[in-house]
Amino acid sequence: MIMSNIAELIKVGIADLNLVKAPQTIITSGLGSCVGVVLYDERRQIAGLIHLMLPDSSLSRTKDFKPGKFADTGIDKMLNMLKDHGANNRGLKAKIAGGAQMFNITSSNEMMRIGPRNVEAVQQILTDYKIPIISSDVGGNKGRTIEFSPEDSRLKIRTVHEGVTYI
Amino acid sequence: MGEFNELNHIHLDILKEIGNIGAGNAATSLSNLLDKKVEMSVPVVNIVSFDEMMEQAGGSEDVQAAVFVQMMGATSGSMFFVLDPEDADQFVSLLIGEPGSSILDEGDNEIAVSAFVELGNILTGSYLRALSDFTQLNVYQSVPTVSIDMVGAMLSQGLLQTSMVSDQVIMIETLLHDVEGTKSDIRGHFFLLPDPDAFTTIFKALGVNDHE
Repeated sequence: MIMSNIAELIKVGIADLNLVKAPQTIITSGLGSCVGVVLYDERRQIAGLIHLMLPDSSLSRTKDFKPGKFADTGIDKMLNMLKDHGANNRGLKAKIAGGAQMFNITSSNEMMRIGPRNVEAVQQILTDYKIPIISSDVGGNKGRTIEFSPEDSRLKIRTVHEGVTYI
Repeated sequence: MGEFNELNHIHLDILKEIGNIGAGNAATSLSNLLDKKVEMSVPVVNIVSFDEMMEQAGGSEDVQAAVFVQMMGATSGSMFFVLDPEDADQFVSLLIGEPGSSILDEGDNEIAVSAFVELGNILTGSYLRALSDFTQLNVYQSVPTVSIDMVGAMLSQGLLQTSMVSDQVIMIETLLHDVEGTKSDIRGHFFLLPDPDAFTTIFKALGVNDHE
């Protein structure tokens, strides 16, 4: 984890998570069926980002895995990290993006609709924690790169065919 | 097989051979289809992290055209044929005999896109048929679908099964290039990502124990 006061961009890889403090920003690229979850404390200008792949850690066939891979373990781990860095968990808000279906396959393989399942799982977990989702850009069939700035709580979303939007 | 580091050089050679005969068969089909010479590179088998895989495919934000099929039947996995959209356009132009055809054209790209799907269908079908013949495993493929988008967003579809078992993936990559009669060098990548259980099945079918 990198925490400094130099303005910089922290990258989060697939199945990974990390935390930044303003003026740092945090980015993850190429979200397809994966979901990017931003949890942030507006007052303290601190934010965490998870690039999760799957809805639930019960899908794992090993005990040893990266917590950021699954919605449940990723969000749990991030809440602990935010707490350790002085965030007030009751003041946390969320923004989410991703959960697309990149290939239009009608198949009995449930992995083909993993995007929507990821989104549902994230929504349910955040509801359970009473963390409001302030805005989201989910579903569809497009890849997304997202960047969050804790300074103004804006989530920048870039897609190939639609350009840049902020939510 | 959860621990990919248990693979020894015999296993890796087998996977390379699959890449070799698969892409070789695909190159032959393409060559017959276009009536042009097509070259292919020596296959590469990489055991890489998910992020490393995206880097090797050009970076997760890199925009590419991809044909995706699921390998099904006696063993399973994901297969992608990935190339620059401009290269895809060159293929499509050759295939339908109309220079300047583009899969990116808004509105008027239906023929180009269906030609690209058909190209992907032939290439992935030939590849998997060779795999099936080589292993004597009954393998078939799903209906191919196409996407033009960020590499990371597309290839991650092929990582889902693996991600339940490991943080690394075995990627069998082969390159088709030097297609005769094209303006620039077309480069198309095959990525075969067998599901975790597929390795045991494939090795067993070829009479090799997966724990040497």
